[in-house]
Order: sequence, then structure tokens, then C-alpha cells
Amino acid sequence: MQQFADYLLDEGILAGLPKSLGYALVIAFFAFVLLNFIMLVAGVTSWLERRVWARIQSRVGPNRVGPQGAIQWLADGIKNIMKEDIVPTAADKPLFKAAPYLAMIGFFGAWACVPFGDGLIIADLNVGVLYITAVTGLVVVGILMAGWSSNNKWALLGGMRSAAQIVSYEIPAAIAVNAVIVLTGTLSMQGIIRAQGWAPWNWFLFDNPFTFVAFFIFFVALLAEGNRTPFDLPEAESELVAGAFTEYSGLRSLLFFLVEWGNLYIIGALCTSLFLGGWQTPHFTDNGFVLGLVQFVVFFLKSYFLVFVAMWIRATLPRVRVDQLMSLCWKYLVPISFVNLLGAMLWVVAFPHGFLPARLGMFLFGIMVTIYFLMRVAFHLRRARPEMSWNPIA
Amino acid sequence: MSTHAIDVDVLRETGQGIATEEMTLNMGPQHPSTHGVLRFVVKADGEVMRRAIPDIGYLHRSIEKIAEKVGYHGFMPYTDRVDYVSAMQCNQGWAMACEALAGIKVPRRGEYCRVIASEFGRLASHLLSVGATGMDIGAVTPFTHAIREREYINDILEELCGARLTFNYMRIGGCAWDLPPGFVGRATKFLDRFEPLIDEYNELISFNKIYVERLANVAVIPREMAIAYNLVGPNLRGSGVKYDVRKDAPYSVYPEFEFDVPVGTGERGTLGDSYDRYMVRMREMKESCKILRQALAGIPEGPVVAKVPRTFRPPVGEAYVRVEASRGDMGWFVVSDGTAFPYRVHIRTGSFAAMAIIEELSKGLMIADLVAVIATLDIVAPEVDR
Repeated sequence: MQQFADYLLDEGILAGLPKSLGYALVIAFFAFVLLNFIMLVAGVTSWLERRVWARIQSRVGPNRVGPQGAIQWLADGIKNIMKEDIVPTAADKPLFKAAPYLAMIGFFGAWACVPFGDGLIIADLNVGVLYITAVTGLVVVGILMAGWSSNNKWALLGGMRSAAQIVSYEIPAAIAVNAVIVLTGTLSMQGIIRAQGWAPWNWFLFDNPFTFVAFFIFFVALLAEGNRTPFDLPEAESELVAGAFTEYSGLRSLLFFLVEWGNLYIIGALCTSLFLGGWQTPHFTDNGFVLGLVQFVVFFLKSYFLVFVAMWIRATLPRVRVDQLMSLCWKYLVPISFVNLLGAMLWVVAFPHGFLPARLGMFLFGIMVTIYFLMRVAFHLRRARPEMSWNPIA
Repeated sequence: MSTHAIDVDVLRETGQGIATEEMTLNMGPQHPSTHGVLRFVVKADGEVMRRAIPDIGYLHRSIEKIAEKVGYHGFMPYTDRVDYVSAMQCNQGWAMACEALAGIKVPRRGEYCRVIASEFGRLASHLLSVGATGMDIGAVTPFTHAIREREYINDILEELCGARLTFNYMRIGGCAWDLPPGFVGRATKFLDRFEPLIDEYNELISFNKIYVERLANVAVIPREMAIAYNLVGPNLRGSGVKYDVRKDAPYSVYPEFEFDVPVGTGERGTLGDSYDRYMVRMREMKESCKILRQALAGIPEGPVVAKVPRTFRPPVGEAYVRVEASRGDMGWFVVSDGTAFPYRVHIRTGSFAAMAIIEELSKGLMIADLVAVIATLDIVAPEVDR
């Protein structure tokens, strides 16, 4: 974006404007584009989640608005915007009203460092990973504010749970990322992606056993940070009604859901960038536009695969209890991630330039696990299909 | 009481805890997991409950009083509403009570029809129970899978009596309708499909690590406590007491069938924990399938209903009958003063007893566990209040 702004200021349409004003205009433009893009991603994710869920639960899911219900999210959004914005009488009004926006800011800020392609990043900060970890922390403040200001005990419990959960799980997430950072020596998202290759055995996931473990710690911790099942305690419907969001209605409630579904994509994007090679594709053409588009699509597919896995998990697993949640984090994930980091450091010392046999071995191991898994799925499908597809008493 | 309960007081007295205030939470009557309109006043210390005080009466429809106004035949549809999740057994209880008053003998085919209907009702009720348990624990998928099968059962019962929820199928002296043509074949086909599915549910959710962790060792009801609180049905059997009205005080044609009474074993935790109660229901479904197969195979020919006068005037007296409903021993007490209207009717239900034990169980549990306790005790609000 920096280069683009400079180009516009020097010889583009903004030439002649003061530099600060020009930058501000470019930032505002990109923020607008990004905001719309986020709405689209969050909306489509919500529709996808409902469809995937429905198929897993042998239902149909939303299929009326648009082809296959693909713009159901738009209808829901319009509905929510037109609903009455109720603020409880006893609520702390300024905090209550501000909370969704704070959560939104925290989540929106994270998108600045999501690398969609070689040049497709708003700001390639040299502290990118740190920035994302820090700025998503604002979401907690929003949720906690929502829970506190609602003046509702269920909301308060939800807010407290959320705060405890997100703060705890940021530790294993941050430590797990360090396993990648010691390999690359940079915190920049683009730098980390450039250090990987397009081939799966050049991904950090398969680089060595420690990054392999780090990936799973990172993914689990991010699921917990994003309040996804099995860690969806803050909004546990069967326990806390709707958790911190109980008293919200209309657009404010919608914003929280936007954060939730948008966060889901951020989870996928982060894991993709750090462990799955990001946008890396073979350099098959010199046409920058085509290459950028392919990179964008590759990145999107990879991250949506992880989003799909998160949906799958949500449809499969029950919810843990709050003490189990904490013991999982502090008794297992945190120690494992520290030991893992130590191992990654030793690996870097032992093999400063990587160790190809280990990569290929890890890759083969991954393929074998995938094949075994697919065989299990096929086995269950073969067993289940004939009985499933007919009505026994029709 | 329960093994994982967190003792807040110990922490406080040893000076390790932070001074906190007790919070009073109102759970229900419009709470997503209070299965109807139950209400609990929860005294909580953060996430840890001190007490959960049940407050009943939100679904009281004075069904017992209505009986005194509508007569013996006319009360049958109301019995459906006593426990609308498994209405067949309530029908059966009322019919049996009236038959005991008047000394009516039900034809054998009628008894077989009753058993078939009741056991299908038990399957439907247990399916809803285990599905809702999953839902309350946070797993959404088992619920829809359970409900899918329950719909097929409802289809079967609809063929039988034309209704899917409140059946009004039985009559004093037998059943309202005979089995429709082809019913035995379709019901058997359903059982062929359904029995393997019970194992599939177990694979889907019962043996899930998180699920076991959430239910095992939670809200343990020891044997003595279960008896002292008068628990019945699967809740009692979950505590390891092998007691089933169908076996121990046989009625209808149940002595002719071979089936087991599954009891809790403490397989994943302590005997009498929530997981045991859940698994007892899972296993009871298999036993119900066994009974159904035997009943469908051996159904005799003949009439389904005995000759009972339209104006039913039983002799002066009283009767108390018990049926094994889905939520356990359901007692029907009826007093006749020789007129066409009962002098007094009283219904003793399993959920009412289960409701009483919650206050004792809840001490030291977490709020999330209360939901699991309600679900595994299988409390159905209308049955509590009637």
C-alpha cells in the first residue's frame, strides 16, 4: 500500500496534494474496500457454516434466498439492520453502545496484516505477527465491556468466561508461533510466507516435527480465542442463553456475529500464512495480474479449507466445561508449546538451512495420515449409505 | 458429594481465596436448556453453584382436578398431556387404573397393541432425552440425528392412531384401533434400521472424550441416596439399583417377553454419575427393540378392546396401578364413588422425584453442570407439574 500511495502522490491522480492528506485518502479508500470485503467474507462464511452444519446434521439448511441460499446472509443482515436497537434501561449505556465497535475495531485491525498475495497486503509490518496477536486482543475488551455493561448476570458470566479464555489461550498461540519465527527470523507475514515454498514439503507445517506440533497448538488456541466449539463457552447457548451478547439486538448484535465469523476466516488465514505456505504458487507466468489472482485464489482456498475444518469440528464436538478449558490450556498446551519452542530452537541450531529428509518424511507422514483418514471416511460412508437414503416406513 | 466438586469454602477459610460475594441467578423459566418451563434460583459463587433451588408450578394445568369433571372415558386425552414426550404410557396407566377399578379384562391382542405402542413411545422419549443431553452439553449434531429417527417413530404411531404427539390411543378395556394392514412389516423394517443406529449414536457421541469428561463423575447419586429420594426409572437404575416395574411388579403382557434391565456400571467414572444415567437410556432403547420384536412377532388374533359400557360407572372403591413410563415408575391412583366421574385422581411421576434431588446434587457443581444434571435426569416440565 505504501508504494501504491507513493505512486499516486508522485505521478497518479493525487499528485500535488500534501503527503499526509494523500496518505489519509489512500488509507480511507483501502479501509472502505477492506470493510466491504470483510462483510462479504463474514457473510459468506456464515452461510457456508450453516450449510455445512446442516449437511452434517442431515438437514438442508438455508436454500431459499439466491442459488442454494447463497445470499441468505444478505437477507439476515438487512433484517438485523432494520430491527430495533434495544438498550436495556439498567445498562451502562455508553459502554453498552461502544462495546460492539471496540470488538469490531480489534478484529478489523487484524486484516491489515493478512497477506492475500505477493503484493496484496494492506501493510506488511515488520512486526506483523505481533501486531495481529496484539490487535485481536481488543476483541476481548469489547466482549468484556458488553458483558459488564449489559447489567445481566448471564452476560457478565459470558464476558468473564470470554476474558479468561482469550487471555489464557493467547499464551500458547503466541509461543507456538515462535517456533516459526525462530526458523525465519522475521515477524513480517510476507517474510514468513516467502521463507516457505509452494510445494507442501516446503511448508512450515512439514518443516520439522516441532513446527508440526506448533501448528496444532496454534490452531486449537486460535479456535479457543475465536470462541469456537468446543471452546464456545462465552456464548454457550444451553448454559448462558447467549453469553455476553444476551441483551444485544439489531445491528449491534450483528456486529458481534460479524466479528465471530470474520474471526473464523482470520483463523484460517493466519494458519495458512504461518504454516501452509500462504499464497505461494509456482512461478508459472510473468503476467503479474494472473499470478496475483492465482495466488489470491490459492490463499483463499487454503484458508477456507481450515475454516471448513473449524465448522466440521463445531458440528462434531461437545463443549468443554470452564475448568476443563483452563486445565487444557495451562496444564497441557502451555507446557507443550514451551517444550516445543525449545525443540524448534535446537533444530535451527542443528540444521540452520533445513533438513530435507525430515521435510519429506513429515510430508509422507502427513499424506499417510490423510489417506488413512479418507479410508475411514469411505468405510463409514459405505456402511451408512444404504440405510440412510431411504425412509424405512414409506 | 460429587468427586470433582470445587469446594469454595475451603479456599476461603484457608485465606487463599479472594473475598467474593454470592450471586443469585435466575435460571428459567425461559432459559434454553430448562426443557420447557422449569425455573431454578441459583446461588452461585462465580461459576460454582452453592445451591440450585427448583421452583415448580409453571406448567401446572390441574390435570388431576380436570379428571373429576370429565369422567373416565373423557379423561383419556388429558392423560396425553401429563407427559407429552411419551404419552402412550400415560394412556396405559389411566386405562389400567380404570380397569382395576371395574375388574375389566383386556383382550390379549389389545395388550400386545398396548405394549407395542408403549415401547415405541419409550424409544421416542429416550431418543429425545439422549439427543437433548447432547444439545445441552453443546454437541448439536446428535440431536438432529436422534430427532430424525424419532420422526419415523412418530410416523409409525401416526399410522396406529392418527396423532404424532398426543396419541389418545388406548381406551378403558383395550385400544381404540387395531394395527393397520402391513404395520408389523413396516415396524420390523424400522427396527432393522434403528438397532444398528443406536451403536452409531454411541460412536458419534457417547464415547466422545469431551462428552465423557463432561458427564462422568458429575452429580453422582449413590445407591442409598437414589432410594432415599425416591428416584425411579432410568435415574434409579443409573445408580445401580436393578428395579423395573415391568419386571418387579409385572403388568400387561410384559412377563411373556424376554428382556434385560440395564443398570449403571460406573464404566467411565463413579457409579450413579450422569454418564451412567445417560448410558442406561441408551441401553434401554436396545431392550425396547427386543421387546418390540417379540411383540410384533407373537401378536395374537382377536379383538383389541373389551366391551365397556359407554357410561362407565365403576363400583365404589379405589385403585392404584403402576406402569414403567419412560421416566420411571408412574403411579395412577383413582378413587371411585360409584358415579360416572372419579372422586379423586392422583398421578405420581418420575420427574417430580428427580426434581427434588437437584437441590442436593447442585452443591459445588458448576453452572454448566446444572444443565447436564437436568438433561441426564430427563426432567420433563409437564410431568413435574401436571
